[in-house]
Amino acid sequence: MTVAMIVRALLYILLAPFIGALLSGVDRVFSARMQGRVGPPIIQPLYDVNKLLHKQTTVVNSIQVLFVTVYLVFTIFTGTLFFAGGDMLLVFFALSMSEVMLVLAAFSTNGPYSIMGAQRELLQMMCYEPMTLLVAIGFYYANGSFMVNDLMKAELPAIAQIPGFFIGFAFILIIKLRKSPFDLSTSHHMHQEMVKGLTTDLSGHNLAFVEIAEWYDTVLMMGIVGMFFVTSNPISYLWAVIACAVVFFLETLIDNLFPRVKYKTMLIVTWSVILVFAGTNLLILNVLK
Amino acid sequence: MNISKSPWVLHYDGSSCNGCDIEVLATMTPLYDVERFGIINTGNPKHADVLLLTGGVNAQTAPVIRQLYNMMPDPKVVVACGICACDGGIFKECYNILGGADKVVPVDVYVPGCAVRPEALIEGVVKAVGILEEKRKKLKESMKVGYCTVDYSKIAVHMTADDYDPSNQYDAVLTEEALREQAEEKIKATAKPAPKPAPAAAKPAPAPANAAPAANNDVKGENS
Amino acid sequence: MYVKGANTLAIPTLVNFLIIFPFVMAIIIGLLREATPLRSAVIILGGFTIMISAVYVAVNVLMSGDTSQFMYLEETHIPDTLVICGEVFLMGLVCFLSIKYKKYYAILFSLIGTIPVLWMDLSGKVVEGNTHVRIDTFAAVMYLIVGIVGILICIYASGYMKDYHHHHTDVEDRSNYFLALMFVFLGAMFGLISSDNLGWIYFFWEITSVCSFLMIGYTRTQEAVDNSFRALWMNLLGGCGFAAGLLYCNIELGISNLSQVTEAGANSLVIVPVTLFAFAALTKSAQFPFSRWLLGAMVAPTPSSALLHSATMVKIGVYMLIRVAPVMYGTLTGVMITVIGGFTFFAASLLAITVSDGKKVLAYSTISNLGLITACAGTGTTEGVWAAVMLVMFHAVSKSLLFQTVGDIENCMHSRDIEDMHGLIIKLPRLAFIMIIGICGMFMAPFGMLVSKWAALKSFVDSGSVWLVLFLVFGSGSTLFYWAKWLGKICTVIHQSFELEDITPKSEMVSILPLTVMIVVMCFAFPWMSGHMIQPILDEAFHTNIPDVIGGSDVIIMMIMVTMIFLIPIASRFLSLGKNSKMTMSYVAGVNAGDDRHYIDSFGKERALYMSNWYMEDMFGEKKLLWPCIWIATILVLVMLIVVVGGAF
Repeated sequence: MTVAMIVRALLYILLAPFIGALLSGVDRVFSARMQGRVGPPIIQPLYDVNKLLHKQTTVVNSIQVLFVTVYLVFTIFTGTLFFAGGDMLLVFFALSMSEVMLVLAAFSTNGPYSIMGAQRELLQMMCYEPMTLLVAIGFYYANGSFMVNDLMKAELPAIAQIPGFFIGFAFILIIKLRKSPFDLSTSHHMHQEMVKGLTTDLSGHNLAFVEIAEWYDTVLMMGIVGMFFVTSNPISYLWAVIACAVVFFLETLIDNLFPRVKYKTMLIVTWSVILVFAGTNLLILNVLK
Repeated sequence: MNISKSPWVLHYDGSSCNGCDIEVLATMTPLYDVERFGIINTGNPKHADVLLLTGGVNAQTAPVIRQLYNMMPDPKVVVACGICACDGGIFKECYNILGGADKVVPVDVYVPGCAVRPEALIEGVVKAVGILEEKRKKLKESMKVGYCTVDYSKIAVHMTADDYDPSNQYDAVLTEEALREQAEEKIKATAKPAPKPAPAAAKPAPAPANAAPAANNDVKGENS
Repeated sequence: MYVKGANTLAIPTLVNFLIIFPFVMAIIIGLLREATPLRSAVIILGGFTIMISAVYVAVNVLMSGDTSQFMYLEETHIPDTLVICGEVFLMGLVCFLSIKYKKYYAILFSLIGTIPVLWMDLSGKVVEGNTHVRIDTFAAVMYLIVGIVGILICIYASGYMKDYHHHHTDVEDRSNYFLALMFVFLGAMFGLISSDNLGWIYFFWEITSVCSFLMIGYTRTQEAVDNSFRALWMNLLGGCGFAAGLLYCNIELGISNLSQVTEAGANSLVIVPVTLFAFAALTKSAQFPFSRWLLGAMVAPTPSSALLHSATMVKIGVYMLIRVAPVMYGTLTGVMITVIGGFTFFAASLLAITVSDGKKVLAYSTISNLGLITACAGTGTTEGVWAAVMLVMFHAVSKSLLFQTVGDIENCMHSRDIEDMHGLIIKLPRLAFIMIIGICGMFMAPFGMLVSKWAALKSFVDSGSVWLVLFLVFGSGSTLFYWAKWLGKICTVIHQSFELEDITPKSEMVSILPLTVMIVVMCFAFPWMSGHMIQPILDEAFHTNIPDVIGGSDVIIMMIMVTMIFLIPIASRFLSLGKNSKMTMSYVAGVNAGDDRHYIDSFGKERALYMSNWYMEDMFGEKKLLWPCIWIATILVLVMLIVVVGGAF
């Protein structure tokens, strides 16, 4: 526990929602521009959440609120753990736990759209879970530690050793950021067969909490993307930011290019990508070690 | 500012000829791009602030509209889009048409036209957002005096087409708006002065809080 | 409880008592035919006596700091004679039942396994003069598992069997026989854990095989008979492997004790018996290709499943593997065992997605988790063994709790299908909460199983086994899927549904509640367990000290997480979160008919609405996946046996 760790954790807790909101706003503007529209103001997500916080909350049952709160708290906790320099594996374990809470919130409603969204979300988790764990393992192979604190002091950017993991991770980010070919569980586009999937029966505060948690999550994911480039050299942070920007832009582009796929396709494609890129990379690293 | 910057819309087609629906969707296109104003077509009543109704209301859609309306969290507004939604329009005399949207839910903004022009529609939504803002203030005050929430899962809208009787359809199941007005009247009757938006107003809260469920029970009794 | 030095003399007596007393209990219970309060009292009294003795022995051994003093029984003429008689009796029993049910192949396996061992014993080729019993730290840990979890299951069974025969009137009431078998099983377990002599281990090994066979066949239906014989021949096949290892040890290597096997690192030939023992362990632990016996075992009443799956039968296999783990380090056997284990972990977790029978999901999950333990033990590294022991402990507690809860739910709702557990949190809130804790214990972040999985992952990465890492990460994805969807089913809140009558008797709650508490307590206690229970095992097995597998700051963070999980619900109650929320129905496209379980269809009629879980049978169905998995694993096992054992001659 050093001062730097606490400062970083506090910075994350305070700034992440705003950065996440801005990223989300940028995403919406980019999408609009790609479709030939002007799009909303860049801080539109903040307006949305502010509105949701001022609306009445409707619930289907009383435990829904509990699950959503736990989801928010644990998502923040996960991100804080990462930015404070904690154990990568623990970060991902905690992350999947918080996601399960969101799924349970949807399950508890007994609404058909919510439950369908919940099942699909679980399938999505099954798709990306291997990759998130592998990312932690990849960093361990590259720099010999699971601790983010140690990884930051690397001599060489991790991407030099684990490019396959980077590709795999960028690929599952499509699922994680709920982008189009794999946005099975919630649809951020209008008029979908599943209404709003997972979040259908959430409203008001609860929906606002979910949105905020997703902002935290986005920042965490971008932080992990950045980790591939960070070294002990301060200039590397610039590269990390550029990489995050490029990856984020790519995700938006993919979102606008592809229609949604069936769940089977998602499972097969993501697992193959993980196996081919990350698996091969792991094999090579192991041989070279 | 709270709500006017991000009105989320739920669009429901009562029994329209689809002309107005196409125009509603046209507002999303690059030419009109209502997302500029933060408007999103959510397709989910629980996320929506504005209910856009197109077409006249018929026997089958009446309970659906009412249910969607009741599921929307407060504050909320209803915009009747196109002449059919306003008063039944060309289909008004049809045997199955009850009339405009205001036959089943309280409509706040009427946007006429056949089909409604996208510009008019946007104007209508902007007007509705103004009303929404007022309603939000009202809601805040009524929450302060202890307007207690109503458990709608228990007084559910339970109606099939067989139950349909045009003569008492509107009265049969009260909308949430009407329920709350009744509750508020009861609250006013029991509470002493008119509530002020000051900390002093918090005091009479306990008594009305008890009164509200009682009021609801009365309402339920009247319904059955 | 622990008095230094003074009690060490009492330990041998208590160990003898623990091995013999369950058999005495079995005879007493066997005589009490009716399900009277007297029988329950006997079971509870005897059970707690065993539990207290086991805990006493374990605590004393764990605290003593020097486990080498608990080795004794060098001259063993009378017990050896008893063992030989027992083996002949078991062989006779198997032959008799095989002929009775016309399953002659079982005789073959029984004869192949027993006769050479008898010949060896009688012809005096056995290496004599070594200690027969030794209680070291690992044995003490197993004592705790068998003594606490096993006994709780027996107590649970005394109440359960009454309800069982209440619902299954078509099954002849032989509950005294069933309960007696459970105690025989526990006696054999204590014997197996305490024995260091391979001949004795073999004897107790065979008792558990035959016992599980008798328990599975309890209902005597055709299905039960078929499944029990499947369990029998698979386990006897493993027994043959064990017998071969035993013969090789005694005759070729001049080794009679298990500890000598694990110490004899220099002698490269020792890998042959180790491979054979590992093969036997694979059958006992129901790894692919031998998984089908465990799946078939669910036809028996629930307590037997709980006993077989959690504290006893399958744990013997991994117990043997963990014992021989140091020898397997860096050998082909080790590699093959890890690959089979990893493969089983992954394949069984996929198969678990596709079944909706609660007990079957638990069965696949057992196979899957044991695969993980097998893989950990197979790496032969210190971290691997650490993770394996941790997994054994957490798995025993969580799984026995889950089985018992499923059994109770079945008694209350007459179904154990997961789909019927829809809205359980409203229907049977008490059991539902217990079940939620059990399931969370199996896969959720700060709970026990995940700690071990985490350590497993670290050990696989350190040992550079890429395939295992891949199996583990993909397997944990599918594990998450099947547990979370079950959890979701339970947590669903259905409007206007009512509470069912919870007919769980007190004696069952006596067993369930301690287990629930143990899951929670173990979350907090695992750093302590690591230091006081697992570290000594590693010292004994590897003679090395390892740094904490999961380090200090992580432990603190885990503790924070566990605390948060329990605090948030309480805090939300006090802050009355969401008290201003408005209750509505769930969204069913506006055609909700009064509750969220019915909707109005396009003809204006009311229809029921139900969301089933996903099973994805067309992708991972049993029909599609089970046999290919078995064949792949068979090839792996054959390769291992041919290369290692064949290569030695």
